[in-house]
Amino acid sequence: MSFGPFLLLALMEGMVTAAVLALSAAGLSLVFGVMRVVNVAHGEFYMLGAVIAWFVTTMIPGSPAVAFVAALVIAPLLVGALAAAADGLILKRLNYDPEATIVATIGLLYMIQQAVLSLYGPNANPVAAPFEWRIQLPWFGYSGYKLFVVAAAATLLLAVWALMTRTKAGLVMRATQIDRTTARAFGINVDRVYMGTFALGAGLAALAAVLIVPIQQAHYLMGGDPLLLSFIVVIIGGLGSLRGTLLAALIIGLSDGVISMFFSPTLAKILATLLVAMVLVFRPQGLFGARA
Amino acid sequence: MTAARIWALHLALIAALFAAQYLLPPYHVTNLARIMVLAVFAMGYNLAFGYTGLLSLGHALFFAAGMYGGGLLSYHLGWTALPALIAGLAAGGMMAGAVGLLALRTTGVSFMIVTLMFAQAGYLTILYFGPTTGGDEGLNLPAAGRSLLGFSLSADGPRYLVALGLFSTALLCCLGIARSRLGRIMVAMRENEERSRMLGYNPFTVKLIALVLSGLFSGLAGAAYGVLFGYVGASFATIQYSILPMLYVLLGGAGTVIGPFLGALLMFYLIDFASGLTSAYLFFVGAALVTLVLFAPKGILGTIRERWLGWLP
Amino acid sequence: MAALIEARGLTLHFGGLRAVDGVDFDLRAGEIHALIGPNGAGKTTLVGLLSGRRRPDQGTIRFAGEDITRLPAHARVRLGIAYTFQITSIFPRLTVFDNVALAVQMQNHAPLKESVHAALERVGLSGFDRQIAGTLAYGHQRLLEVAMGLALGPRVLILDEPTQGLAAGEIEGFKALVQSLVPVASILLIEHNMDVVMDLATRITVLNFGKVLATGTPAAIRADKAVQEAYLGA
Repeated sequence: MSFGPFLLLALMEGMVTAAVLALSAAGLSLVFGVMRVVNVAHGEFYMLGAVIAWFVTTMIPGSPAVAFVAALVIAPLLVGALAAAADGLILKRLNYDPEATIVATIGLLYMIQQAVLSLYGPNANPVAAPFEWRIQLPWFGYSGYKLFVVAAAATLLLAVWALMTRTKAGLVMRATQIDRTTARAFGINVDRVYMGTFALGAGLAALAAVLIVPIQQAHYLMGGDPLLLSFIVVIIGGLGSLRGTLLAALIIGLSDGVISMFFSPTLAKILATLLVAMVLVFRPQGLFGARA
Repeated sequence: MTAARIWALHLALIAALFAAQYLLPPYHVTNLARIMVLAVFAMGYNLAFGYTGLLSLGHALFFAAGMYGGGLLSYHLGWTALPALIAGLAAGGMMAGAVGLLALRTTGVSFMIVTLMFAQAGYLTILYFGPTTGGDEGLNLPAAGRSLLGFSLSADGPRYLVALGLFSTALLCCLGIARSRLGRIMVAMRENEERSRMLGYNPFTVKLIALVLSGLFSGLAGAAYGVLFGYVGASFATIQYSILPMLYVLLGGAGTVIGPFLGALLMFYLIDFASGLTSAYLFFVGAALVTLVLFAPKGILGTIRERWLGWLP
Repeated sequence: MAALIEARGLTLHFGGLRAVDGVDFDLRAGEIHALIGPNGAGKTTLVGLLSGRRRPDQGTIRFAGEDITRLPAHARVRLGIAYTFQITSIFPRLTVFDNVALAVQMQNHAPLKESVHAALERVGLSGFDRQIAGTLAYGHQRLLEVAMGLALGPRVLILDEPTQGLAAGEIEGFKALVQSLVPVASILLIEHNMDVVMDLATRITVLNFGKVLATGTPAAIRADKAVQEAYLGA
């Protein structure tokens, strides 16, 4: 294959990464933006989404499409419910103290990951894609499902954006984000907003995982990379800024696809983590954030 | 009066640990040697987190700097244990200084993430230079690297004594720092940074000193772990080795001198016990973190100090 | 008398608001200088600039002839400009002894215990040294704050509303304390209690909308028409 089609393939792979990353990072960003909570367990919510998808698809026989749609509904609901419980039982009792919540979510990370290890086991298991369909380009064939992932993620992100800007729930969340004391004074039930936001953030991670699991397989340690990448995206995009997060996901996803085709993925990760550290030190509002 | 009581308590702990090597079965003696080295690491973490209020998620980097700083010289250049330990000490301190110069420009959550990212970059760097560092597989140190003044550290007796010697030195240094003027300034920085600044203390300088001290302890512990147990590996640079000292300190009591040892001792045996039951033993690490932060944020000795023994350093 | 602190043309904006607007200010050696003005006049912002807690957009500050405009706050404290906070800022979880010791040990040569006890005695807190500072009564916490300022051995002591929250009896003692500090130290005092100001101050500066309205002796300020309109008469 010559360079042009090779680059095109890298870009298409990058688009898939970017789409899933944007969805997962949007959840992390939402939770940080509204609640000021850095959720280190975010990657485990993602992993849970994938594992639940595997359970659901193995339990529903017959058409993989039906099973997949069921997983798409059930996984985020279950993960969201777990997140809501974690919020009520742990985070709320810590009064959302930033440092204590990080320690607690680290604990949550281990608990979820290890619980999955003992219930689901150490193996990686594949989930069937809802449909098998390949697009034949002049230079190579490409999975139609991957294109579906990009479209689905874009649709979901659009829905999140509409939720935040066009609905009353979004308004309430944004009001709480700006000032939780004032929001409470205006009769907003801040506890419920926080619980809902945490559940929504976790649900988005689970959705991202359900979309990716037919490509990647479900494994109890799969939460590490998306956590790190989501962190990178959220910080570079500007903490709590949804628009910056999307832009950063696009850049990181695309460059990840391209860079790891041409360079060592370890080197790419080293540079990315150092970049994040430097951004936080020298430009804490993120590369695309406007706030001073 | 109080000073005498404090010294007596710490010397008694050291004496008890000295006696333990003759009283306990070999399995536990080896464990205790490990615990003492890990406690040195946790004491270093405590200087930053417990005393100065710097909640770092990247101390694995300083531990690994010490481990590889000593281990690589021993593996590739045939250094013996003593110079390797000194090299590890220096590597931990220098790494902490370098990280501190950048990371201490941030505070709170940003500081946590920046230290986490630096440590992750360090871990990946070890993997990237796999041919030199042994990468995931690690390196088994040669016998020459494990000899200290002619004694082989692969034997239980000398190994325990070296671990005890390092632990005792670290413990007494910690005690000295905690009771010194510097210790008071570190605590002041944790309690009220702005007030400390308006008493004439430069927060950046004080925190940098505390972090470098912390790095020296961590580096020494890392080098000692490599030299005493004969193995250096990338797994000691993972995030888990940043979480463990935090857990030890939280459990034993942040800002107490003996707390890190107590936390390391209890957590080590909890994990040891749990790993006999299930492969998912890290579940207990998570559960302990959540329980501590929810119900006992001051840890065991912190609570005891608050309720009963106000003089405990 | 020579000016110890000499500020020229100090200006600081918050967004569009000029909190401090072209202020010239002198603090003379050995004086008790009161800074008064309505709420929001820029008093705390001005002393924030003098103590180094804030950086001015424009203007210069000299201390004993030396330009300190760019010097950070902690370095100014080391030069001898001490600041006590408007909202009590102590180390509430440390003992009273440790609170004052932190100030004392700034001058490395001082013998710690004696100096701490001397500072506590001066503000009338002898015997409280082993108590946890946060458990002191509010008035005592204010006094502890002053003791910390004193223990720095400053050449200039900036007191931001020191009598706020003190009982009437405590205020009398406080006035005597401040008077005993000069002329070794010079005092810059932000104060709302006019009786305290008139009794203590050798000179007064009146701020309004971030500008100096008048500077002079208490008698002169009392007689000043503009001041009466803006502040005293209102």
